[in-house]
This record gives sequence, C-alpha cells and structure tokens, in this order.
Amino acid sequence: MSKIVRDHGFDQDNLKEEDFITLETLRKGVENPVRLDLNNDENPDELQPFFCWVELIRISFPDFNDGRGFSMAKRLRQLGYQGVLRGQGYLIADQYRMARLSGFDEIEIDDLLAARQPEWLWQNQALKKKLSYQDRLLKTG
Amino acid sequence: MYNYNEFDHSFVRARVEEFRDQVERRLSGALTEEEFKPLRLKNGLYLQLHAYMLRVAIPYGTLNCKQMRQLAIIAEKWDKGYGHFTTRQNIQFNWPKLKDVPDILDALADVSMHAIQTSGNCIRNVTADHFAGAARDEIEDARMTAELLRQWSTDHPEFQYLPRKFKIAVTGSPNDRAVTRAHDIGLRTIRDAEGRKGYEVLIGGGLGRTPMIGKVVREFLPKEDLLPYVEAILRVYNLSGRRDNKYKARIKILVHETGIEELKAQIEKEFVSRKSEFPGVNPDLLQTIERDFSPPEYDRLSVDDYVSRIAHDPEFREWVKNNVARHKVPEYGIVTVSLKPVGGTPGDATAYQMRVMANLGEKYAHDELRVSHEQNIVLPHVPKAHIPQIYDELTKAGLATPNLGLLSDIIACPGMDYCALATARSIPIAQDIAKRFDHLQLEQEIGPLKIKISGCINACGHHHVGHIGILGLDKAGVENYQITLGGNATEDAHIGTRVGPGFSSEELIPALERLLKSYLKLRKSPNETFYNCYNRLGMDPFKEALYPHLKTKHKERTGH
Repeated sequence: MSKIVRDHGFDQDNLKEEDFITLETLRKGVENPVRLDLNNDENPDELQPFFCWVELIRISFPDFNDGRGFSMAKRLRQLGYQGVLRGQGYLIADQYRMARLSGFDEIEIDDLLAARQPEWLWQNQALKKKLSYQDRLLKTG
Repeated sequence: MYNYNEFDHSFVRARVEEFRDQVERRLSGALTEEEFKPLRLKNGLYLQLHAYMLRVAIPYGTLNCKQMRQLAIIAEKWDKGYGHFTTRQNIQFNWPKLKDVPDILDALADVSMHAIQTSGNCIRNVTADHFAGAARDEIEDARMTAELLRQWSTDHPEFQYLPRKFKIAVTGSPNDRAVTRAHDIGLRTIRDAEGRKGYEVLIGGGLGRTPMIGKVVREFLPKEDLLPYVEAILRVYNLSGRRDNKYKARIKILVHETGIEELKAQIEKEFVSRKSEFPGVNPDLLQTIERDFSPPEYDRLSVDDYVSRIAHDPEFREWVKNNVARHKVPEYGIVTVSLKPVGGTPGDATAYQMRVMANLGEKYAHDELRVSHEQNIVLPHVPKAHIPQIYDELTKAGLATPNLGLLSDIIACPGMDYCALATARSIPIAQDIAKRFDHLQLEQEIGPLKIKISGCINACGHHHVGHIGILGLDKAGVENYQITLGGNATEDAHIGTRVGPGFSSEELIPALERLLKSYLKLRKSPNETFYNCYNRLGMDPFKEALYPHLKTKHKERTGH
C-alpha cells in the first residue's frame, strides 16, 4: 500500500499498478488519456508529442540520493506539460519542498516510510512556510 | 562588501533551526544515518579521521573584521584555539563536538555567516579572485557575479542531489588568480567587440584522480544570460552525469565521455528553452549587489614614510617586494598576510592571530579581509601610509613571513594528520621543505615558485597545477611521494607531468634540494623563474637532478 503526500497531508492512493503504462506502450499509440510511468533514466523530451494523451506522469526515485527526477520534472514543465506530476519511491520529507518547487504535485511513498516519517514532517515542508532565494531573485509578475 | 538584508538573516537563522531539528530526528531514528549524511554535509559537517570537522563558508573569500573576530571566538570556545583556511576560501574547525554544532551555527548567524553547501553533492561555495575590487588589471569585481550565484544556488531545489559536488569560480581579471580552469564551471569576465561585458564560460575542469583543464563551452555569454545558462549546464549535468561510480561522477568525466561539442549542443538547447521563460533577475537586487561592492572611499595619504622605510629597512623592503601587490589606486597596496611561517601548518591561524588581522583591517584597511585559495589572508585596500605600522604589528604576531609566491608559500592539504582519505602526510612535508630551504638560505635566491602538496590522489592540495607538485601515496604501508613538474594554475593552466618513481619521506627533501640547486645552475639569469626554465629546457635536466643514479646508468650505457 502507498500514501500520496500532498500539501495538506497524506491521502490514500486510489490508483493501482495496472493503471499505469510505460513509455514504450505510449509510443505505440493510445486512445484515451493515460497515466505514464517514467524511469529516471528515460528522456523526458521524447514525451512532448504525447502531452495531450497523458494526464499523470509518475517519475521514479529509486534512491533519495539520486536527484535526476527533480530536473526531469523541471524539464517537463518547461516543455509545456500541464498534467499531474507524481514522484514515486524513496524521497524523504526534507526533499518534499524541492520536489514541489521542481514541478511535482504529489509524492507516492510506501507505508513503511510513511510510518518512519509521519505526516506532520511532510506538512512542515509546505511551501509557504519556507524562504526561497530563487523566488526572491527573479522578477515577479 | 555584501550586507545581509532581512531576508538573508531570516534564511540563515531558519536554516540553523532546520539543522537542529534534523540532528534531533537523527537521534530519534526518524532519519537513518544514510539519510542524515547529505543533510549534515550540506551544512558543512564532515566526519574526519579523529573527529567531526565543520567547514564554514566565507563566500568568495570576503569577510569583515567583526566576522574574523567571531571566528576567533568560535576557535577558542568550541575548538582548540585555531582554525584552518582552505583552498576554497573557507575556514575549517577540526575539533567541534556534534552537540555543539547547532550553537556554532547560531554564533555564525550572529555575524551573517553560515556553513551552507560547503560540502555534499550540491553547488558549493562560489570562489573568486582574492584581489577582486582592488586589482589593477580587472574588468569588473568578480564578487558581484559570485554573490548573484551564491543567492541563486543556495538551497536551489533542483540541484541539491547532483551526481557529485559542483564547484564554480569567477575571475574579473584576465590574470586568473582563481584557478577557474580547474573548476566544474569557470567564469572569466571579458568584453566583446562592442565593449560589452560578459563571460567566457569553461566547463569540466577539475583536479582529483583524473585531472582535467576546463574547456570553453561558450566564448561570450552576455551578463543577463548568466543564470539561465548556468541552470542549463547544471540541468544537463544532473540528468546525464554518471551516478554509477563516484570517481566518474564529476562533470569533467561527462565532458570527456560525451565530447565538448555534443555537450555544448545539449546545453545550448536547454538554454534556449530555459531562457524563453526566464523572467530575468530583479533589477533592485542587482542594484543592491552593485552598491554593496562599490569601492571604499579612498584616503589619498602621503606615501613618503612608506617609500623611505623601503629605502632604509632591508627586511621591510623584502616583505613589501613579496607580500604587497599593486592596487588600482596608486596610494594603496594589497597586503597579503602569509599563513606559512617556516615550520608552521600552511593555512592555520590561531585565535590571537585572527584578532590581530581583524584589528589591523579595522584600523587601517577599510574593515575588509580576504581569504586566498593559496591559504593566506589578504588586506585588499591598504593606504601605503599605513603599511609600515601594519608590518610592525604583523611581525610581533609572527605573521610577517616575507614568502608570498616563494618556495615556502606552499599549498598543502590536511593529509594524514586530519583526513580520513589521506594516504600520506602532507603538512609535515611542507614544514620540512620550508625548514630545509630556510636553513640553506636559498628561498629568495630561487624566487617565484609554487609548490603544492596532496596527501592522496583526490588532490585537495592542487599538486597537479603546482610548478612542483608532490603527491603522497601509500606503497605497501610506507609513504611514497611522487613529483610532478610544470603544472600551472593561472589563465595558462596546465597539468604537471610526473617525473618518475616516488621518493620516501626521507629521500624527498634531498631530491628537491638537488632539483632546485640544478635549476639555479641551469637558469639563464636570475630573472628566469623555475617554471620558465623548465618550459625552456624540458624535463630531462630536471629528471637527471632528481635521479642521479639514472644519469650514471645512462652514461654507462651510452658511453657519454
């Protein structure tokens, strides 16, 4: 079982594994909007032509030390992807804000991690509670 | 210099609280040791050979006198009464206790300082020319760029878990004093044909076990494109840099394996995409940075006393010749305080010495100090009229060693005396070299010479770019020192060449003595430096000096 971390706290995961398809399946063509699994060594650029067919992209974090997912999310947003972005796997609460600022909407973690790093820890990382140099640095509006 | 505003203060304070909380969560088990490690590293806390080590950031090496005094207090209160200035313009405390670290960070925050991103696989403390703002040859004060990069890279959400550490250096002068060609990104301020300021951008430089000189990835980058371009480099690196092998994870390996042209194309593509949505830097913020780095109000005092002291006092004259550099204002000098006394530890300063330097800076030098990557302290703006008093006070504190740029102005890593990675000692080697040549009274005669010593192949002592580089290794339990010659850390950066088999610690000093005595015989005139002489003659005569028995064998074989 998994928990979905969102800004307000934990939600139960209503999706099943069979609700996700791979990039390879997507390339063959689909008929309805799909949810896509993306490994963190796959090239996000290849997805651009399919953006209108994808409502959720789930990017894997096999290890919390492997920060590729942050740049993948950022690039997908930059390329114009507007659907849901979910990070999945091994991320710690201290990385939640980094994920949100890189373009993720939510993080999927397993129950074991959720028990060790409870809801309030993730809630503490909510964006409005933290100061950001990058926000301040750029022209606003 | 840059003044912290409300935001900087709040940010640094919040960061201390965050780390306090992370330490508690580690102790409660909510964070595993593995999860805690990158968090503590991002706050400057290493686990060394004997104890924790705290690396405090001194952004682009600039600090004021109050900050230096606070470092003295920290050294006394939480350490053993001294600190170690490093090749990345930081200061390290070697003996803090884990439980005291949040309090030390609070004490740093009291004077607008921190230890953020001085370690870990993130963008490290940005370094810059230690003469910035004072040098006569500069196009622009490099610290304005470095400060912008400091703000941009601090806690950057996308780049906190890179494949490996990432170092950026900036120079605003054509004469590169910041070793920009040995950094992951090197930025050199230049002007284009129309006279507009911009940067030459280098990537993929680095020392370590695979030394590489940075390659030009952009010949001219307009200033306003700096952040989107640097972001493009970092994003390409974060996505494509190797993560399968720690020793192949730096961007230099990506450059080497992908090829600079292909990588350049990827970066340019990313840059175009990023730039199209980049809102630009807030102009108020740029103005604030520019204002903070405007030059001090110079006092045009008479230089008569200074000139007459030079004429009459040979010791003062020698110190001025070596340790005072030309300032852009004729009535000023740039004074470098050597932290390399003969027999001392390169880069170490006691709390007392820190206070002496702070007092001098406050009294005579516009309240500003710098840390150089060569592990010395610089007073960047000193009226020549005050230099005699400064010299007298430095002399009393054991800080007036007249050896800048000479043989005993050695860069040495902490080596086996402190470091868990080291395979050999480096500090005692530096001390032995300095003592031997002091005894021979040959240092001034030998003239400009850069000796750099690393105690393992990670090359923290920059041995690859020393005119003479010394690398300490472990050969079956015995320390063994390899010598490289002809390295160069400036704008003409060059990796030195290994001469031959290594020397034991006992053989090393006599070998260096033979090497340098033969240089004195080989040079065309006293004006030809060791480096120039080596480049003129090549390796052979120096190799013969280092390995006289090889020469004998060679003679026997060829009959010459």
